[in-house]
Amino acid sequence: MTQLAAPREGASFDAVALYIFTGVAAFLSLLATAFTPDPLFRAQGYMLLAAFVVAFAAMSLALASGKLRSDPTRYADGVIRAGVIATMFWAIVGLSVGVLIASQLSWPSTFYFPDLPWLNFGRLRPVHTSGVIFAFGGNALICTSFWVVQRTCKARLAGGVWPWFVFWGYQLFIVLAASGYVMGITQSREYAEPEWYVDLWLTIVWVAYLLVFLGTIWKRKEPHIYVANWFYLAFIVTIALLHLVNNAAVPVGLLETKSYSAFSGVQDALIQWWYGHNAVGFFLTAGFLGMMYYFVPKRVERPVYSYRLSIVHFWSLIFIYIWAGPHHLHYTALPQWAQTLGMTFSVMLWMPSWGGMINGLMTLSGAWDKLRTDPVVRMMVAAIAFYGMSTFEGPLMSIRTVNALSHYTDWTIGHVHSGALGWVGFISFGAVYCLVPWLWKKDRLYSNALVEWHFWIATTGLLLYIAAMWVSGISEGLMWREYTPQGYLANAFVETVAAKHVENIIRTIGGLMYLGGAVIMSYNLWRTIRLPSTAKAEPEAAVTPAPLLAAAE
Amino acid sequence: MSGLSYEAVARFAQQGGTIYFGLLFFAGVIYALWPRHKAQFQRLAQLPLEEDDGDHV
Repeated sequence: MTQLAAPREGASFDAVALYIFTGVAAFLSLLATAFTPDPLFRAQGYMLLAAFVVAFAAMSLALASGKLRSDPTRYADGVIRAGVIATMFWAIVGLSVGVLIASQLSWPSTFYFPDLPWLNFGRLRPVHTSGVIFAFGGNALICTSFWVVQRTCKARLAGGVWPWFVFWGYQLFIVLAASGYVMGITQSREYAEPEWYVDLWLTIVWVAYLLVFLGTIWKRKEPHIYVANWFYLAFIVTIALLHLVNNAAVPVGLLETKSYSAFSGVQDALIQWWYGHNAVGFFLTAGFLGMMYYFVPKRVERPVYSYRLSIVHFWSLIFIYIWAGPHHLHYTALPQWAQTLGMTFSVMLWMPSWGGMINGLMTLSGAWDKLRTDPVVRMMVAAIAFYGMSTFEGPLMSIRTVNALSHYTDWTIGHVHSGALGWVGFISFGAVYCLVPWLWKKDRLYSNALVEWHFWIATTGLLLYIAAMWVSGISEGLMWREYTPQGYLANAFVETVAAKHVENIIRTIGGLMYLGGAVIMSYNLWRTIRLPSTAKAEPEAAVTPAPLLAAAE
Repeated sequence: MSGLSYEAVARFAQQGGTIYFGLLFFAGVIYALWPRHKAQFQRLAQLPLEEDDGDHV
């Protein structure tokens, strides 16, 4: 490594900066790995070291050969192609782990591995949740945001090679987090299980993401910032804020995995659920609404139903969502006024959520036939319908008396999955089905029939899942509160677990079907990428008469 | 430190915050509903449809 490929003339500043960054990071991870007394930290250190050495070597080669120079007249689409592949890869991983842990709940004696602690339910559950939310959903958000911000700002991504840092840095975050979980490293904060050093790494990556996104908006040629970008930006900024506050912690030692939260008691719980619910509001909702506001109009070739409504949707959503977290802490030590506040704001969320749903659905006005002819449109419309359904169910469950029945039961699990599989999953699949032919220069998908299969198998699985969880959730909630005439609890806990055996099996089958749909999709996309490319030299101008496209305002 | 008593901070955060966020929100709504913005919004609703799928900026 003596001959460190001196950057040639013309190597851009951003590439050299990233080169130095990877070199320093490789050196620091070498020191951390060498001097830590904590074997788990050393294991993670080896991963960091391997990642940075490979990155440094790759950058050395790329700089020496004069690559890494960006063409300002073209959009940066390479990183989006990588993001689409990562999205589908992590979808398969995250959903597979979900099926595995659902099987553990259905057949606990078959899928119990006492000799393999890393396959324990407690360690695999965060792999599943982080895998589908942050790995699958996060990659989908990052790659679609890079597409949308470039196209609607008519500017190439800012930051030269740094979008690639965002991409690979985010994958490294996922690998560190997931490998940590299976080794038993966790800070036990829901949806924020990674320990302090992984949180710090994600902070660096996220700031780079924010700067790339803002930089692209800064140099836009379109004077207005399109509404989808507002949603994406709210997602990026708010997640940064939530991440920093929720993960405020003091590590046991500089080279130790373990840390303790800066908060304690009920304050800690409130911070956790302020984070947790806004991860739902800003990661799983705002970001994917950005996706909806671009890909639905684009795919159905109709303008946004009401741009005015989209602005009201945006501001009301972000002003209300941020207060809804306390509804996760009904009947706890949290003061009742705070519980009532959380509940009230959750009920108020009905309005912006349904306003957004109506805006998304009505964008199809004049093109409803596409629902029949284009399975990708149908998938996105199903996503919006599930968005409406789960944002109806959520406020209902946030009402304290309803929550008394639903909390800690499978009903919550069903609710989360109608949002995650129905809304987040389907809108992402729809966007990816749109993106792959555009990114790889194909005039169509390999097979529309396979999209149909994907849609129907996944939708059936999803409905099985949700229905099973409604039944098991409400029945276990009722069993928990059942008293004998003498005033004793009527059911032992294990009886309430045994009572939902069949529903657990139905849930596993539903999850397996949803995974099957994603596998079909991956095959379809792979065959699409292998289709002969269309010469995109002369882009056919989409000449639709302007009056036809007048918005419905 | 009398100015930073719990009551003072709480009043600032609760009342000031409510007024500040309320005004900010209503400013957004007024911007959205302002009649003169209508034509611009109609153009913006078409924004995703304007560009082709090529990779030239």
